Amino acid sequence: MAHVRFDNVSKSYLGGHQALSELSFEINQGEIAFLTGHSGAGKSTLLKLIMLMEKASHGQVLVDGVNLARLSNGQIPYHRRRVGVVFQNHQLLFDRSVFENVALPLRISGYTSRDLERRVRAALDKVGLLRYEKKSPIELSGGEQQRVGIARAVVNKPSLILADEPTGNLDPKLSREIMNLFEQFNDVGVSVLIASHDVNLIGRLNHRVIALKDGRLLGERAAGEQSGGQSRGEQ
Amino acid sequence: MKEPQVNNPGGSPVANNNLYSRVTGAGGARQSRITLQSRWAAYVQHHKLTAVESLLRLLKSPGGSAMTWVVLAIALALPMTLYVSLENVKQLSRTWDQSSQISVYLKANTLPRFAQDLRDKIQKMPNVQLAQYISPKQALSEFSAATGLSDVVHGLEDNPLPGVISVIPKLDGMASGAVEDLELALSQLRHVESVQLDLLWVKRLFQFMELGQRLVWALAALLGLAVLLIIGNTIRLSIESRRDEILVVKLVGGTDAFVRRPFLYTGIWFGLGGGLIAYMLLSVGLYWLSGPVENLISLYGSDFVLQGLNLSDSLLLIFDGVLLGWFGAWLAVSRHLSKIKP
Repeated sequence: MAHVRFDNVSKSYLGGHQALSELSFEINQGEIAFLTGHSGAGKSTLLKLIMLMEKASHGQVLVDGVNLARLSNGQIPYHRRRVGVVFQNHQLLFDRSVFENVALPLRISGYTSRDLERRVRAALDKVGLLRYEKKSPIELSGGEQQRVGIARAVVNKPSLILADEPTGNLDPKLSREIMNLFEQFNDVGVSVLIASHDVNLIGRLNHRVIALKDGRLLGERAAGEQSGGQSRGEQ
Repeated sequence: MKEPQVNNPGGSPVANNNLYSRVTGAGGARQSRITLQSRWAAYVQHHKLTAVESLLRLLKSPGGSAMTWVVLAIALALPMTLYVSLENVKQLSRTWDQSSQISVYLKANTLPRFAQDLRDKIQKMPNVQLAQYISPKQALSEFSAATGLSDVVHGLEDNPLPGVISVIPKLDGMASGAVEDLELALSQLRHVESVQLDLLWVKRLFQFMELGQRLVWALAALLGLAVLLIIGNTIRLSIESRRDEILVVKLVGGTDAFVRRPFLYTGIWFGLGGGLIAYMLLSVGLYWLSGPVENLISLYGSDFVLQGLNLSDSLLLIFDGVLLGWFGAWLAVSRHLSKIKP
């Protein structure tokens, strides 16, 4: 079954701006895919629809076979708990330690301290930041902050991870490391969708690419195809 | 090297197993189930954690919090002060009730024998605590002693004063119209010229107290509203300053209740602090007043003691503070939180 399915989805904002137009695609269970396109192509809007930060104007968005339009406001939090999100600006809270930042989704989901500590440490260890657990995120470098954000996204063991420009501010080496982390999660069966305009990085990795332009599907490159086959519309 | 290797084979395998072992084990990505019991334990734990965190947050900016606390305390203490004053006046007036009396003036030339019979008859009436006959002679000597006009009194040919039966009604547990009924009954007796009720001023006092009571309620309602607004505004600012946090919490699946919780606790702490300070203000104020008030009262030969706050009043004061704090926060949160959408 498709993990994420867009069925003829359009999204227009108040004032008439058309962010997405009649978009249809599927992401299978355990698949890793890149979402690409220049700024304003609709990448962020697409991720927002999956997170239910926005609702589609037309068409259907299905996650795990559930039509998101059918979820009540009370069910939205529970939907979000099943999806891990990584943001470009990592959205960490600087008034608390790295540990508490990563622990947040678990506190929300209702884990007791013992279980919670074990999981947070496992997630921090996974991104290689266990020794920084007591520090404030503000003391960390950009790359480290991004990895804390990833730890927070995966600590609840979501079956789907969304990342919005996760390597936006990072140098190529750090970007490669971050992508490597996502690949590791994908290896254990997690579906991953990464929005990025980092053409070089996407080109080097032989994953599926979904290209958007002006809210429409511009083209696709299947996993394993040569990077030369990538769609136009990129500089 | 500053950046640790992400795919460091030395440290990762254990963590890998911990983090996603169940995901792979189940053959697909599924979250592990949490039992109801552990969920409840976590819920209680989170309440405690939030309560402590909100208090610490308030104590982190002691100046601002103290200012809010004192403002709340004043708003809570004002109606309570009026209430305590009123209770004291009520208590004082209870001793005055005893002194309220009905004077039954007898017709001139009523024989002392008939007057005594009448006194005995009145004494046996219900609602009469004490009936006392004052003969014209006694009345005259009392009058001359009280006024110092003995020369004038001696110069009189006749005694102009009538005989009087002084009646003290039983006021305890009497219906409001009972004194008037008694007055009417007394005026219809034989030999009675007129009946005078010395109760008018007591009635007025009671009316003033009734008015005072309403004033207390009105003031309490107004200041209660002020407390709600103060807390609501404080919480609103707190929501604004924690906007980022609210966004993140909502994005990682925090329910509205979860987002609301720290703010409700903040409101409760504000209310509790305000209530406690109000209690202290009142206690200190009463202690400060008790000396002079007791001196004043002792001059009037009364055994009146200034009443402070009893336990239930004190608890009510503090509980009201907490309740208003919680409710003010709830109003602010439900108004402003829905506007913050991720």
